[in-house]
Amino acid sequence: MSPHPATLDCVPAPVITATSLVKKYKDFAAVDGLDFEVAPGESFGLLGPNGAGKSTTMRMVGAVSTRTSGTLSILGLDPDQHGPEIRSRLGVVPQQDNLDTELRARDNLIVYGRYFGLPRKQVEKRADELLAFAQLEDRAKAKVDDLSGGMKRRLTIARALINDPRILLLDEPTTGLDPQARHILWDRLFRLKEQGTTLVLTTHYMDEAEQLCDRLIVVDKGKIMAEGSPAELIRKHSSREVLEVRFGSDRNAVVAEQLHGSGERIEVLPDRILVYSDNGEAELERITSAGLQPMTSLVRRSSLEDVFLRLTGRSLIE
Amino acid sequence: MSATPLEEHDTAAILAAGAKPRRFGAFYVMEHKLLGMRAYAQTIVATSIGNPLVYLFALGIGLATLVDQNASGLQGVGYLAFVAPALLASAAVTVAAEEATYPFLLGFKWVPIFYAMNAAPISGRQIASGMYLAMLARIVPTVTIYFVIMLLFGAVPSSLGWLMIPAAALTGLAVATLIGSYSSGVEEDKGQMAMIMRFGVLPMFLFSGTFFPLEQLPVYLQWIGWISPLWHGTELSRVFSYGLEEPIWLTVIHVVYLVGLAAWGWLATQRVVTRRLNK
Repeated sequence: MSPHPATLDCVPAPVITATSLVKKYKDFAAVDGLDFEVAPGESFGLLGPNGAGKSTTMRMVGAVSTRTSGTLSILGLDPDQHGPEIRSRLGVVPQQDNLDTELRARDNLIVYGRYFGLPRKQVEKRADELLAFAQLEDRAKAKVDDLSGGMKRRLTIARALINDPRILLLDEPTTGLDPQARHILWDRLFRLKEQGTTLVLTTHYMDEAEQLCDRLIVVDKGKIMAEGSPAELIRKHSSREVLEVRFGSDRNAVVAEQLHGSGERIEVLPDRILVYSDNGEAELERITSAGLQPMTSLVRRSSLEDVFLRLTGRSLIE
Repeated sequence: MSATPLEEHDTAAILAAGAKPRRFGAFYVMEHKLLGMRAYAQTIVATSIGNPLVYLFALGIGLATLVDQNASGLQGVGYLAFVAPALLASAAVTVAAEEATYPFLLGFKWVPIFYAMNAAPISGRQIASGMYLAMLARIVPTVTIYFVIMLLFGAVPSSLGWLMIPAAALTGLAVATLIGSYSSGVEEDKGQMAMIMRFGVLPMFLFSGTFFPLEQLPVYLQWIGWISPLWHGTELSRVFSYGLEEPIWLTVIHVVYLVGLAAWGWLATQRVVTRRLNK
């Protein structure tokens, strides 16, 4: 029985498809059999600690690093054969800014636009639009070294958009930025998302993943631990609320013994104890009425950090 | 930028978008590098004019009076005419050595623009080629200025003297690609670049028949000249500048050696850059 043609039309073909994707460096598998798909217009995240294989995956998706095995299709093409063609439709924001410090801000965009074979006039026009988008109009002639960290990041994003890419790849886009600069950046990325640009980003910040990603995979040691929307992942792998209690570094482990049975489960970290429960306040009351007095306590909603902790037994930022 | 399904015409458009970068990528890299050179354009112009003036006055005029008083010229010409083609070839080599060392380290490590180029449709091979095209674009004007100043000094007896320009450019390229094939693979600068200058470029300058004919050296040192691209470039320049008499096969060897070296170094750099980017 063949599927109805109308059904096929309704499901847009994925812009990225990875099957059993592997990247090995000698015997070490940095990426160890990833399977995922990204739909057009989707905002897709790879969440995981440093060294999880996120950046390696991004380089393969960016068609600059060849895979060891598995299949990979970007915009319907194999990056091994059509690297330059695929890259002509990608925008890439690397983990480390690689702007040319010998050039001024606007020239960085113009030179980069030329790499896509775009005519100079068109690139100049686009550069001015993007400087406005990145809120850097008044910095067009600035030297790159004179820009702040947040400005450099925004200039790098502007550069990545010079070819009007179908997919924007962002590797740790806000690492190292102060909170204000992060929020400005998130706002810009959210606008792109609204315009329908497909975003693929790696992060080890849960708030960033929750803000920007429609769907994400949690990656650890080159493997996918879980997949879903942030809300789904939290629902599936964690309780609604979390109670954090601190009894002091020396006592946490001892007290944890007495807390056994509290909530759905507990997690003992060196500096605090996490009690997973749908009602954090009730748990806190139970603990205090049992005569245990925590130094500090906090009830919060479950986050992706908790999901990660549950799945890997480790914290994201170590 | 709307979310549409990928259809066949999309694939055709994507394939077409890669055509120009595939063909002209190296030129875009050159364009980028030349724009970057604007940042130190004044230094480039000042040294391009200052160098020949200083060297030709000091050696071609100053030292030449001494040499010409004590010998009836060298190889049938005065010392100025003898030393000038060698200095011109050396000028090309100086620029080559400068551009083929740190700029590669820069592009991979300190200001990693090579990765940015590669994230766009530019390949490692094109990056290497673009770097060498940019070097040539700097070397050719440098030696042309040198040539014009030599003319002003009356140091070019032959009407074929202008052929020194391509000869010197080829010499510069041979040295550049030789150094570049090494420096493009250097992960960390632990003084290797300074070593290249001190123990590679400087001895080459001194032992390549620049200031005196290579035959003046004892036989067991002459091999330094034979393997030195600068010696081959210098001799070739002398053939063009004042018709240095040497067997025709030797002139052919100069050209073949320099072209061979440049081609080998160019390809080797392409391989190194490609391998390094694909990690």
